[in-house]
Amino acid sequence: MTRHTLSVLVENKPGVLARVSGLFSRRGFNIDSLAVGPTEHREISRMTIVVSVEDLPLEQVTKQLNKLVNVIKIVELDQAQSVQRELLLVKVRADMAQRGHVRELVEMFRARVVDVNAESLTVEATGTSDKLDALLKVLEPFGIKEMVQSGMVAVGRGPRSITSSSALRPVDRHTA
Amino acid sequence: MPTSTPRGPVPGPPSRPPAPPRAEAHPDAQPCTGAQSLVRSLESIGAEVVFGIPGGAILPAYDPLLDSVRVRHVLVRHEQGAGHAAEGYAQATGKVGVCMATSGPGATNLVTPIADAYMDSVPIVAITGQVPSGSIGTDAFQEADICGITIPITKHNFLVQHADDIPQVIAEAFHIASTGRPGPVLVDLPKDVLQARTTFSWPPQIELPGYRPVLRPHGKQVREAARLIAEARRPVFYIGGGLLKAHAAKELLTLAELTGIPVVTTLMARGAFPDSHAQHLGMPGMHGTVAAVTSLQKADLLITLGARFDDRVTGKLATFAPGAAVIHADIDPAEISKNRTADVPIVGDCREVIEQLIEAVTAEYAAGRRADLTGWWRQLDGWRQTYPLGYEWPADGSLAPQYVIERLGAIAGPEAVYVAGVGQHQMWAAQFVKYEHPYTWLNSGGLGTMGYAVPAAMGAKMGRPDATVWAIDGDGCFQMTNQELATCALEAVPIKVAVINNGNLGMVRQWQTLFYDERYSNTDLGTHKHRVPDFVKLAEAFGCVGLRCESKEEVDIAIGKAMEINDVPVVVDFVVGKDAMVWPMVPAGTSNDEILAARNVRPAFDEDL
Repeated sequence: MTRHTLSVLVENKPGVLARVSGLFSRRGFNIDSLAVGPTEHREISRMTIVVSVEDLPLEQVTKQLNKLVNVIKIVELDQAQSVQRELLLVKVRADMAQRGHVRELVEMFRARVVDVNAESLTVEATGTSDKLDALLKVLEPFGIKEMVQSGMVAVGRGPRSITSSSALRPVDRHTA
Repeated sequence: MPTSTPRGPVPGPPSRPPAPPRAEAHPDAQPCTGAQSLVRSLESIGAEVVFGIPGGAILPAYDPLLDSVRVRHVLVRHEQGAGHAAEGYAQATGKVGVCMATSGPGATNLVTPIADAYMDSVPIVAITGQVPSGSIGTDAFQEADICGITIPITKHNFLVQHADDIPQVIAEAFHIASTGRPGPVLVDLPKDVLQARTTFSWPPQIELPGYRPVLRPHGKQVREAARLIAEARRPVFYIGGGLLKAHAAKELLTLAELTGIPVVTTLMARGAFPDSHAQHLGMPGMHGTVAAVTSLQKADLLITLGARFDDRVTGKLATFAPGAAVIHADIDPAEISKNRTADVPIVGDCREVIEQLIEAVTAEYAAGRRADLTGWWRQLDGWRQTYPLGYEWPADGSLAPQYVIERLGAIAGPEAVYVAGVGQHQMWAAQFVKYEHPYTWLNSGGLGTMGYAVPAAMGAKMGRPDATVWAIDGDGCFQMTNQELATCALEAVPIKVAVINNGNLGMVRQWQTLFYDERYSNTDLGTHKHRVPDFVKLAEAFGCVGLRCESKEEVDIAIGKAMEINDVPVVVDFVVGKDAMVWPMVPAGTSNDEILAARNVRPAFDEDL
């Protein structure tokens, strides 16, 4: 199975997420990651969906997504041709003795300490999932008290925009 | 907040900004309630009939409905009947059917007909009451998240949050239901929205940035299709229900006669091409004719118009039409290459596709490119002469159900509308009634909803009051929705019902006979053994005429009698043999090559191509 990253532009209306996620769940596809947020157009939201699925079923899901009245546009973002980022907040056990070691590692990963107290540090990091996995691996020996990670957001490289007004005109639904 | 609000991340801000004062801005805007706005919207959009049942949450809408002279409300006996009646109306007229129900159980009773309309692409709008906005999500009395429930079975649905939005939502609902690939749309109206003060103006603006059905086919694809059509030596037109949705029967006839290519019409497309036409091979699929099924198997080109390669047509997909290139035209891009990869995909409205194909094929012929189909037709004619549709009379001397249906079709004629339930009687009605015109055959094809026939026939008769409308129903199906006979009797909707009463859930019994060692688990309904219910008495109790027919000699007489009664509904209880089976048959999950013309009779195909 291959990992696919879909950017889905949707109308900012209630219930859209349920419509979108239902098309995956009814087929038994597990969504690896999902992030939703506003765009530069007030009435349009953008979903970034990461899903592991074969190409053929993905094509069918994409076509079904396109049929949703609230879905305006779908673009699959290629890993090499896009910038893909996730956000991680992790609370690491770190007393006075360990704090220095943790901070060193945090700096190596160009992450930041955003909260500190006598027992722990909270680290903020952004990056690809690989980088965040690597960071977690080196922090694990100290003891991870709590962590939270966002869904992936992604944007295509280069000057083109999938949300430019011309792109929001008729969605090309020709399979031809 | 809507009940369908997802848990977890919500797109954008959690609550939408107040609706712009669209209505007020309009110079002709008139003050009214949300309920009045709803009824006036229905009037303005041209809804003639609404099938429904009132209840707590939808009550405000029923008050102005009482005064409407343009919208007729038909009080049904069960919401499922309202939904199927809306479907029957829509399928017989091509217009949008409307049904209405209250919140909770009223709305959930609409789920089956909505799912049915979704599978068969029937344009209906379902209007449901909802508990007041402030009570949504509190498990209030008669609350159900009907928007959430119907997401996977509607083309779209709306939870109306502001009374000012009502005209726009109704206009959008009808637009979505009737354009592109048609389908059901649900509009959920909280009680307080119906009671709120608002203003009404028409027409509203439609804002659907994500909804743009492609109608016009790609010229290059059409020319490529024409090239294949001109070259093919064993082509077949594989025609589905989409052709009827596109109102393209006339264009199909022109294209078929231009090319001389054989035509098969699926269960959903019966009537799209005249059965009497020499190029018509009949219905393909599990119970299709040997000629139709085999033509697809041996074809070198399928010209697929508005069909979707349903499993009931293809049989085992991997062995379906193994030697055929596929042209697939459909208005829904998601259908193309869903089940069978298309060599020439065409997205567009069937009528536009055919019009352009006529031109492009004519050009091919003019350039001298045209394959000879004589050999193909020799084979096809051989198959249909050797394996025509037929049936045997039951050995026990009982009445053959096929004979009843055949006679019904012959006597009522091709101008009548035939509406079937689901099961053996449906297949026989598809096989033995001869259809000459589009929109004369209505059935539940995709979902296979038992109980469809009586309410759908009622809806069809209301849409086409001058047509004779026959429901052909099984005794099992009939017992699911026959309470709508009361509606028909009181609303003066004189449908005719032929109950093909074999005392059993016949199709299930057939499978038990063939695949479960004749172990008849729970298929005997007792309608023979105990005559419970007595369908004649039942008809009379509902204010209808009840007739019974138990022998071959009585068949024409009973049908004739029923044809003469046009002021009240008629039910004819045709007591038929329980062992009759639907043939031909491709056993489920097997290849179409395994088609059986009759029990244990596998056609011998002279030559394998």
